[in-house]
Amino acid sequence: MELLLQILWSSIGVLIAVAYGLLTGGIVRKLFARIQGRVGPPVYQGFIDLGKNFFVRDNISHGPMFYFGPALRTAGGVGIFLFIPAIVGWAPGENFSFAGDLLLVMYFMFFGSLGMALGGSAGGHPHTPIGAGRGLSQMTAFEVPFILAVIALVADTGSFSVHDLTLAQAGGFLEWNLLTHPFAAAAAFIAMLGMNGYAPFNVVGAPNEIPVGPMTEYQGGFIATLGTGRAIFAIAKMILFMDLFLGGATSILEAFIKVFVIYMWSVAVAAVFPRYRVDQSMRFFLGWPALIGVVAVLLALF
Amino acid sequence: MGVEEKGKVPLLPSGVPVGSKPHATDSTLFAQGRPKPLSLDESVAFIKNWFRAQSLNVMAYGTGCGSIELGPLGTSRFDMERFGITGGPTPRQSSVLIISGYLSVKTLKRVIRSYEQMPNPRWVVALGSCTINGGMYWDSYSTIKILDQYLPVDVYVNGCMPRPEALIAGFKDLMDMIKRGEANGYIEYQNNLDWYRANQRKVIKDWNLPEYSW
Ligand code: SF4
Repeated sequence: MELLLQILWSSIGVLIAVAYGLLTGGIVRKLFARIQGRVGPPVYQGFIDLGKNFFVRDNISHGPMFYFGPALRTAGGVGIFLFIPAIVGWAPGENFSFAGDLLLVMYFMFFGSLGMALGGSAGGHPHTPIGAGRGLSQMTAFEVPFILAVIALVADTGSFSVHDLTLAQAGGFLEWNLLTHPFAAAAAFIAMLGMNGYAPFNVVGAPNEIPVGPMTEYQGGFIATLGTGRAIFAIAKMILFMDLFLGGATSILEAFIKVFVIYMWSVAVAAVFPRYRVDQSMRFFLGWPALIGVVAVLLALF
Repeated sequence: MGVEEKGKVPLLPSGVPVGSKPHATDSTLFAQGRPKPLSLDESVAFIKNWFRAQSLNVMAYGTGCGSIELGPLGTSRFDMERFGITGGPTPRQSSVLIISGYLSVKTLKRVIRSYEQMPNPRWVVALGSCTINGGMYWDSYSTIKILDQYLPVDVYVNGCMPRPEALIAGFKDLMDMIKRGEANGYIEYQNNLDWYRANQRKVIKDWNLPEYSW
């Protein structure tokens, strides 16, 4: 009974996360437009695009793998969301957090891109393998500082559970890992720029180079599924960062605000920087951010 | 014994010699078959059309001099994104094809392929007088004159060349037509595919397109 109730709560949570992700995406588009001196689309444009894509006929298919791509991508986002506590200390918001969830969640981060690589490649368009290859290589690069940061936190707290890591920061913002572990936080937040895929790290669907990238052959319902997956993926990652570094959230409102603020970090960077080439991006992540991560681990160990 | 006969080229399963250029009849490379004619009545068409009209995706493809007017549409001066109109380079995700001016016969072939690869519903906006009656290329040997005979046009924007404002006005018209359920060129195309094909084959001499470019 308790499990059923939790499934119900978590499903509602997934829906809220998707809606909030789409809304945030719309706000980001509006923000970029305002920065460029344009009016920009309405903030609810994400919902309209989603609806429109569902009402487009899918007229091609490239075999079963083609269908798996968007499904895996969405599953990755939903997976991250379901296995970390969105709101700590409130049963409906705890989701299915368990002792080793941090490891599982880091696996889920790879999941989506792998799915995209497999599914997109079935389409046979030359941009697809290029985009997927770029995405995966950049991912291996930014995972290094991120995992070093996570190791630092885990070594200090002695737990692989996001829930425990969040509870360890209870008691005011001075206890947040953002302030108590500044090096780990710096490494992780730089890695987040790569995760979100905004400029300067938008090498996967690089505009003017391989526009649309791995999604070139996708259309209609596939794009709608991918859009849903992207929305929840973005929010789930922000929740993870909130839990790891900003002390989690104790109410829905707090979660909304913190997620939005963390998201704005990568948007602020994206608004002013042009795009890196993929080799530059990899060299960047394996340079200073990785070194900061090593320092964080050393500080945590000694 | 076991030696290939000299001068004999092995064949693909479809009967095409290995190493020859892919040809439209090669069923291993091209999907054959035609789309079924579409019917007009759709359930909850009103809601669907509202969504479709608010989120147009323009195929980034320019044909004539008019394509120079497409670039400014995305800039801060004209900003088509405020109407929910975005651009994209892949036909699979596009819903609007702009024929921006004169269309040479050579380009017509590519345009047909792109148009047929777009998923339904899809619309064609014809920009400039060249697409209406040939414009200043009315006696050219290498351009088509009346676009509507080759692709179903939903909205014409006349002028030589029309300013971006005119194009935005055209988009607004298209959006209104979609909402009213009147922009049905794509249904025309599939119901009268034979007529369009005959016209297209009349001008394209080296016709090597498949039955339908899925
Ligand atoms: S209508 Fe005028 S501007 Fe447009 S393609 Fe024709 S000649 Fe060029």
